[in-house]
Amino acid sequence: MAILIDENTRIIVQGFTGKIGTFHAQDMINYGSNIVGGVTPGKGGQQHLGRPVFNTVKEAVQQVGANASIVFVPPAFAADSIMEAADAGIKYCVAITDGIPTQDMMTVKNFLRRFPIEERMVLTGPNCAGTISPGRAMLGIMPGHIYMTGDVGVVGRSGTLGYEAADQMRTLGIGISTSVGIGGDPIIGSSHRDILERFEEDPETKVVVMIGEIGGPQEVEAGIFSRDHMSKPLVAYIAGLTAPEGRRMGHAGAIISAAGESAAEKVAILKELGVTISPTPSAIGETVAKVLAKM
Amino acid sequence: MDIHEYQAKEILMRYGVKTAEGGLAYTIEESVQRAREIDGNVWVVKAQIHSGGRGKAGGIKVCRTHDEVRAAAEELLGKILVTRQTGAVGKVCTRVYVEAGTHIAREMYLCFLIDRSSERIVMIGSGQGGMEIEELAHTNPQAIKKIFIEPAVGLQDFQAREMAFALGVEAAQLPHAVKTIRGCYRALRDLDASMVEINPLVITGSGELIALDAKMSFDENALFRRHEVAELRDKTQADPREVAASDHGLSYIGLNGDIGCMINGAGLAMATMDMIKLAGGEPANFLDVGGGASAERTEKAFRLVLADKGVKAMLVNIFAGINRCDWIAQGVVQAVRNIDMKIPLVVRLSGTNVEEGQRIIAESGLPIITAGTLAEAAEKVVQARNGAVAEECKGI
Repeated sequence: MAILIDENTRIIVQGFTGKIGTFHAQDMINYGSNIVGGVTPGKGGQQHLGRPVFNTVKEAVQQVGANASIVFVPPAFAADSIMEAADAGIKYCVAITDGIPTQDMMTVKNFLRRFPIEERMVLTGPNCAGTISPGRAMLGIMPGHIYMTGDVGVVGRSGTLGYEAADQMRTLGIGISTSVGIGGDPIIGSSHRDILERFEEDPETKVVVMIGEIGGPQEVEAGIFSRDHMSKPLVAYIAGLTAPEGRRMGHAGAIISAAGESAAEKVAILKELGVTISPTPSAIGETVAKVLAKM
Repeated sequence: MDIHEYQAKEILMRYGVKTAEGGLAYTIEESVQRAREIDGNVWVVKAQIHSGGRGKAGGIKVCRTHDEVRAAAEELLGKILVTRQTGAVGKVCTRVYVEAGTHIAREMYLCFLIDRSSERIVMIGSGQGGMEIEELAHTNPQAIKKIFIEPAVGLQDFQAREMAFALGVEAAQLPHAVKTIRGCYRALRDLDASMVEINPLVITGSGELIALDAKMSFDENALFRRHEVAELRDKTQADPREVAASDHGLSYIGLNGDIGCMINGAGLAMATMDMIKLAGGEPANFLDVGGGASAERTEKAFRLVLADKGVKAMLVNIFAGINRCDWIAQGVVQAVRNIDMKIPLVVRLSGTNVEEGQRIIAESGLPIITAGTLAEAAEKVVQARNGAVAEECKGI
């Protein structure tokens, strides 16, 4: 099962023929992802990496049955590409692009809300490493080999910190059902909470790990969801204990601007909500192992 | 990106917001000249720095004669101002804004910003202005009015009126209040601002509604399409180390410790800083090399980290996804040789091509300390830093 993607997911690459799109499309093909084509406006009809190129997402949906997409389009045009995917009936879209203006993302989210919930495209990112269901499909830019197949769900904002967690778990022999990068921007497609809902429903996921950071209300919202609606244990680590207030820490979203947004405050609130906290980033693997051992 | 008060006022005036008559000055003479150009017998000399809390830090001076204006400008220009927002380093004041003194009948608060929870623009206002809104939120949350704006249709007049009445403006001032509120919203939308704040918005003795102070912040990601905004950047207000890094397309955060860090990815950077702190150290900075770090880029990053003279030890922590450990290792070896590095260096590589990367480091013959895990890397760099400090003390 896993969540969001598996071996049957029919993937197209938006920004397929560009340098970055080409590099990662090849990487995903090598991993075994079912890449059925790509979109580059004006290059429709060509073949690229042995797959058809389409002018529009609609054509890709109609002709090769695409149901998922990954966006490598440059920041100025990325919001438009995401909305094109939603309009064409794509079910799941990962936006990798870093640097999309916040007001563009506001427009994207508003556009998505026009669709009834059962028809609405699920978006993760932007500014994320993507999603991987190990051994089945990779829709992202992560090093696929560090993810072992298993039953722990992972959701996090950061790419490389997610790799760190996956690597620690693999070293301890712990595998992953799906790992989802939700991205580091202030306005993103799916929240931690949205992804927790999916993991709760997934029969193959036993434990969920949330890798959060300073800034924004999302980690606390996810903690409240886990207390009220989750049967599965939630493990969390919050990055940025040492971050000074009011400074943007690399991710545009990682800025402490209100009460409850610092790492220490988030950790205290999550503990109270019954979430198991990994005290340090190097203890994520062990903390998951302990939780698994108790089950 | 932040801009100065006078720049925000120039922008907002174009959108129909009224401000007091004023002019910018870089020198003492110019300051006096600006005061001469402005009618009246009270002037306010305001330090232009990117920080709130200027008044309490002595950055705003009310003057009753041209000589007092001269004295105020002399005191402020070229000085470092320390406010509760700047930290101990403070910010340098390179220009002052000389403004006509305003007779204040009432102070109010008005702000627009992008709310992350609702993913909409929110308009926040209060009839009690002049004080910190955070403080007011604590002491009297009922006095704060919030109105959310639908992105598809934008701010409507009825919403502007609702806010105007919440601010307590009188019927005679209503049309201009609506114009002011709409103007702030338009400016935020048109220019990709992330915040517009007027604190205080005042009603003058003669019943006029003016923005006595103004603050605007802009979305860095949108500057590519807002050249007129990008030009307003004042590099004197940023950490010079961060400016140098951004000129090279690298992201740098300056902190107050003495361990320099080169990392890939913002999340891993924050986690690494946490580990250093837990091991008993303090990071001096973190430099994010991002994806696709070539040997050249790595060397540049090294130079930036080491440009901070307070750095006593350095940590490289790379989890290669798009990056490759062998490229990073080559860059590290090249940088250490070219720079003639004198301080201890700890390198932890993981991910794509890690064996090749570790081999390059080992075979370089350079005194590089290697670490296998994040915890080990943090402990080793703190140990190395403590060793280096102990050596220094012996030397003295």
